Amino acid sequence: MADATLTHTGQAQPRPAGLQGVAADWSSDQRAFKNVSWGKAMMWIFLLSDTFVFGCFLLSYMTARMSTRVPWPNPSEVFALHIGGSNIPLILIAIMTFVLISSSGTMAMAVNFGYRHDRRKTAILMLLTAALGATFVGMQAFEWTKLITEGVRPWGNPWGAAQFGSSFFMITGFHGTHVTFGVIFLIIVARKVWRGDYETGRPGFFTSRRGRYEHVEIMGLYWHFVDLVWVFIFAFFYLW
Amino acid sequence: MAEATANGLGQHTLHGVQAHDPAATGIAPAEVHQEHPIKLYLVVWAWLFILSACSYLVDYVGLQGYLRWSLILIFMMLKAGLIVAVFMHMAWERLALTYAIILPPILVLVFVAMMVFESEYTLFTRTLFFGTEP
Repeated sequence: MADATLTHTGQAQPRPAGLQGVAADWSSDQRAFKNVSWGKAMMWIFLLSDTFVFGCFLLSYMTARMSTRVPWPNPSEVFALHIGGSNIPLILIAIMTFVLISSSGTMAMAVNFGYRHDRRKTAILMLLTAALGATFVGMQAFEWTKLITEGVRPWGNPWGAAQFGSSFFMITGFHGTHVTFGVIFLIIVARKVWRGDYETGRPGFFTSRRGRYEHVEIMGLYWHFVDLVWVFIFAFFYLW
Repeated sequence: MAEATANGLGQHTLHGVQAHDPAATGIAPAEVHQEHPIKLYLVVWAWLFILSACSYLVDYVGLQGYLRWSLILIFMMLKAGLIVAVFMHMAWERLALTYAIILPPILVLVFVAMMVFESEYTLFTRTLFFGTEP
């Protein structure tokens, strides 16, 4: 217990309800998020900063699109696939969306089974999540390849405003990188669950701290965030 | 061990480590454990699928104008809300954390307003100096 006493207060403090409670938490000494573990709070704060990063990307895209005199390429046609003799608009993007939402669902299930100490189901669901994430990245690689062979570059494209390419590669590239890192960390955490690290309290290889099943939930926060960002990219970049 | 609930909404919250003695395992008694019925996740999952399908249909059917944009934004916000509230358990977190995380991104809208003015001005000067033809 000795290593844990510094960072956790054990139980929730009684406090007033609603906004008064928020003010009481924030004005109290040292620790604002009383019963929230530091790991979870820091992941949330990281995700908040990441929100601003993606917010800035989408904003720069908005600014580029609003301020250009040249017509913006129609994403519905650009991202259409030729299947069975006709062009189906955005079909690949739609499939990617469904793949990512499915992975979010399996991740939520993994968190649930983690807290039930069902190691087998948790690890399998996390690996399934990682597989779906890898599928998503693979489809994105296919999409990039297709667009690059059609002549889309960060400095121009055959259909319209030159900023289309730079916005596309920047936004989807950064998101794809997030998914890739998510897949790597999913596999790492799944291995720990499978090995029973969170039952035996085996120290982590990097931090030398004992893990808990809450790590699965924190991993889940990151993964759901990746899905969340895709919701906004899908709406603003592909559908708009 | 505390039967800690995140806030008044935490009716589903259970503590999941009662079978394991924290002193023996060295695992700290958890702050708040998020454990909810699986059915809840399945329902939200299904809704996410339905909403995604709806927003895809907006493009497939080819709606245009204000109808298109309002539908896209509504479906987007509903999906984002479901993911944050249920999948990320924000609905059951302590209110101090919820406000700390949810409020700052809303301020991005101020940035959006600023950049709308800026890009309209840029477009105006470009049209003025280069003419309307691309």
